[in-house]
Amino acid sequence: MSNYKDLYQEVILDHNKKPRNYGQIEKATHQAAGHNPLCGDHLQIALELNQDLICAIGFSGESCAICKASASMMTVAVKNKTRADAEALIQEFLALAKGQLNAIDLIQIGRLAVFAGISQLPTRVKCAILPWHTLHAALNSGAETSTEAEHDPMRTTIGGA
Amino acid sequence: MSNITSQRSAPFVVAQIRQDFPILKLKVNDKPLIYLDNAASSQMPQQVIQRLVDYQTNEHANINRGVHYLSETATLRFEEARGKVQRFINAAETREIIFTSGCTESINLVMHGYGRKFIQAGDEIILTVLEHHSNIVPWQMLAEEKGAIIRVVPINDAGELLIDEYQKLFNPRTKFVAISHVSNSLGTVNPIREMIKFAHGHKVPVLVDGAQAVPHMSVDVQDLDCDFYAFSGHKLGGPTGIGILYGKASLLEAMQPFKGGGDMIAVVSFAKTTYNHIPHKFEAGTPPIAAAIGLGAAIDYLLQIGMVAIAEHEHQLLEYATAQITKLAGVTIIGRAKNKVAVISFVVADIHPHDVGTLLNLDGIAVRTGHHCTQPLMHRLGLSATSRASFAMYNTFAEVDALVAGIVAVQQVFAGSM
Ligand SMILES: Cc1ncc(COP(=O)(O)O)c(C=O)c1O
Repeated sequence: MSNYKDLYQEVILDHNKKPRNYGQIEKATHQAAGHNPLCGDHLQIALELNQDLICAIGFSGESCAICKASASMMTVAVKNKTRADAEALIQEFLALAKGQLNAIDLIQIGRLAVFAGISQLPTRVKCAILPWHTLHAALNSGAETSTEAEHDPMRTTIGGA
Repeated sequence: MSNITSQRSAPFVVAQIRQDFPILKLKVNDKPLIYLDNAASSQMPQQVIQRLVDYQTNEHANINRGVHYLSETATLRFEEARGKVQRFINAAETREIIFTSGCTESINLVMHGYGRKFIQAGDEIILTVLEHHSNIVPWQMLAEEKGAIIRVVPINDAGELLIDEYQKLFNPRTKFVAISHVSNSLGTVNPIREMIKFAHGHKVPVLVDGAQAVPHMSVDVQDLDCDFYAFSGHKLGGPTGIGILYGKASLLEAMQPFKGGGDMIAVVSFAKTTYNHIPHKFEAGTPPIAAAIGLGAAIDYLLQIGMVAIAEHEHQLLEYATAQITKLAGVTIIGRAKNKVAVISFVVADIHPHDVGTLLNLDGIAVRTGHHCTQPLMHRLGLSATSRASFAMYNTFAEVDALVAGIVAVQQVFAGSM
């Protein structure tokens, strides 16, 4: 049960204080904004796709520590990956955060496995997955995503049930 | 007379009161539960739990319609509960007490029953920026339907209503005022008696949202002279699913029914249906009988402890917690009204309230984080959320200390020193 304290300690000490890829990038080809009206988290993600390779990515916004750390670690994980790899990682992360999969079964998750503890905190799962939905929206050139929108991708699992 | 005999001596002894609340023995994350989310819903004493069990074991049937023993018993108990509510808030008559599903439904009942009948295009409704969404959204729905206009009383930075501004809002188009007695987010106690008097000077009726007042102070609706007073049972130590609307009989009689169905009618034919008398006109269908009886038991419990003693203890908790939290570097209390109940909203520098709440929960401390259903207030304060500790009669000074230590521990996690 103290799993999520580890999560806080790991991600906060590191990514919340020194978020990676925080800020604007120069030649964004894709971007999206994510919003969680329940807690007021706001996030913008911009990336540069070059022949299906994510060669630059940046995020900005205001959010809780879980969301910020998730965004920071996500940008590190998907930079220099292909779009298809990024989409696969999004799926793995969503499954992990929702407690549907065991970190051990996941191939690409790596350090992100620390987020497995979030599934113990149902009210915070949305904080962790907001950056990933926003990335998905950016890759698919959706302009905006929200955790509470009608067409909310977070209400349905991306890529089918 | 209440069938609860007072075993405790007159002084307020919190350790004894805690014995009445079985849930307070719970461990959360291996720590003793410290329940500081009483403004959202307070815990239920054993006396009320037992009353519910007794009702379901020995007294349950549908009310009003039956001629058999159980139906008569249940009807009697249900109406006794109405009487308890009447005396609790000193309403003039029992028929002025309407059972609803909660404070939200009570307000919606007035919106439909009074607002839709009497408010017209161009009329103005006065609210305050402190209101809970349940005392905003119904009036917005009405305003949209009728073409009426919402006017909003502002606050100062301490979280107190600006009464001058309130008075300036009145004009011949002002037709209704809906204000909270106590702010759920900040704990501010509003000067509603004076505000009601002023509104009546302009012949404008006033609804008071008393959800956060009734658990913490004695309320006398005749002294306040309010036209409507709404509250919920679950913030009083009663069950969920039950609430009260008090309304002056003359107004309730003039109003149209809110819901149609059984029990709210006198005669039904396809040619014409006539409505029942108040309060039944507003109680269509089978009501939450057990919950109403449970609310009656919760009121018995509060009165046995004494509202004055409760208010005194909670005020001491408020003063102590305010002093202790004020000492913490990087922590700001939001809402510094002179007249407050024991609600403390606070923000911790550079730490999102949700992170504060999640980490406090690790220490077994339950606080609420977010906008507390008061987004316009949060917007006025320039915040998206706060953490809120709200106290009840069973909270202790040691729990305040644990909260303070918990906040420091959160800061330490974020400082990377743990
Ligand atoms: C001031 C205020 N008004 C209304 C309500 C709504 O009460 P309920 O949800 O029980 O209907 C609340 C509950 O949080 C409240 O604090």
